[in-house]
Amino acid sequence: MSVLKKLVTLMRGSVREIGESVVDANATRIYEQEIVDAKHNVAQARGDLTGVMAKEMQSAREIERLRGEVARYEGLALEALNKQQEGLAEEVAGRVAELEKELDEQTRSHATYAVQVVRLKELIKGAEAKIREHERQIVMAKTTESVYRATRSIADSIDGTGSKLVSAKESLERIRQRHEDLADRMTAAEQLENEVGSKALEAKLAAAGIGEGADRRAAIMARIRSRQAGSTAGADVPPAAQGEPGSA
Amino acid sequence: MKTLQEQLRGLELMTSDALGGLGVHLQPIPGEVEVIQVSIEQRDALPIYVTCSDSQILCMCYLWEESDLLPERRTELLETLLDLNPSVPLSSFGRVGNHYVLLGALARNARAEDVAHDVATLSDNALDALDAMSEFLQ
Repeated sequence: MSVLKKLVTLMRGSVREIGESVVDANATRIYEQEIVDAKHNVAQARGDLTGVMAKEMQSAREIERLRGEVARYEGLALEALNKQQEGLAEEVAGRVAELEKELDEQTRSHATYAVQVVRLKELIKGAEAKIREHERQIVMAKTTESVYRATRSIADSIDGTGSKLVSAKESLERIRQRHEDLADRMTAAEQLENEVGSKALEAKLAAAGIGEGADRRAAIMARIRSRQAGSTAGADVPPAAQGEPGSA
Repeated sequence: MKTLQEQLRGLELMTSDALGGLGVHLQPIPGEVEVIQVSIEQRDALPIYVTCSDSQILCMCYLWEESDLLPERRTELLETLLDLNPSVPLSSFGRVGNHYVLLGALARNARAEDVAHDVATLSDNALDALDAMSEFLQ
């Protein structure tokens, strides 16, 4: 049974036991042993495969050689016949017959080796797939175990410190509150900066005699003097001329 | 194989960088398996737990428990989680016992910066998920 399927079954029952029961040590050991066995089989099959492939190549070379020999001896037999050497041609034909028998044997061996190569390759592929599958199952089982153990540690740690997991809503509220606090603080800091910044600038401008109100005092004095001048010298003096001190 | 703590050296700073400079604090949790708690400034209600098995590193964030759910909307919530799963970058919804979790998995030999990236993404996703799913919670 796959670990995932086992988990589905377990989850219908008691959730809390999943951590332990999904990877009962025994099951893991069996999986691990199967992986070791399968790996051993693969190693052996690979060794066998190398040997068989070498033999296959050797027999292929041998077949080539024998075919060459057959062709050569047939040529020689033909030559002998052409020179009316019947006896010699017969002898050579006998040699060709031997070579052909050998060639048949080699061809049969070669076919057997080819079949073995295919079989061994399939065997290796199958065993490797099995290893991958077992390893995947173990990974899944161990991950599940690890997650549940971690959860237990986390829960213990929270209990241990006396604090408890706050409810989700509370968490959200706290986080929102923090964000609002932060946003408020930033706004306040910004306002403060603006105020302090603009006042400082105004003060500097005033000190330099620039801007609205910079020479307000002088203007007020001028206005008062003009009123004074107006009341003593009469109303026919144009107001513009009264502004200058001493102009009356 | 390196211990998780050795492998994740520098995770604090890397995660902080990935989160635009938020403070990050690591705390190993004692137990049978290695677990490291990653606490993030302003998000201390949603810590990320990093743990590992032989084959992978898992980053988990606990979202809510069964008892947090509005019972009448439970099926709707489960379907929504399945529907959302493919859209959430790098993280998946899951359940461990009574806890609904958001988790990200990496290869066992992942680099610390990859784990940092996953932790930062997971934290952002968890905030979004909690916010998006709050209508299903009581």
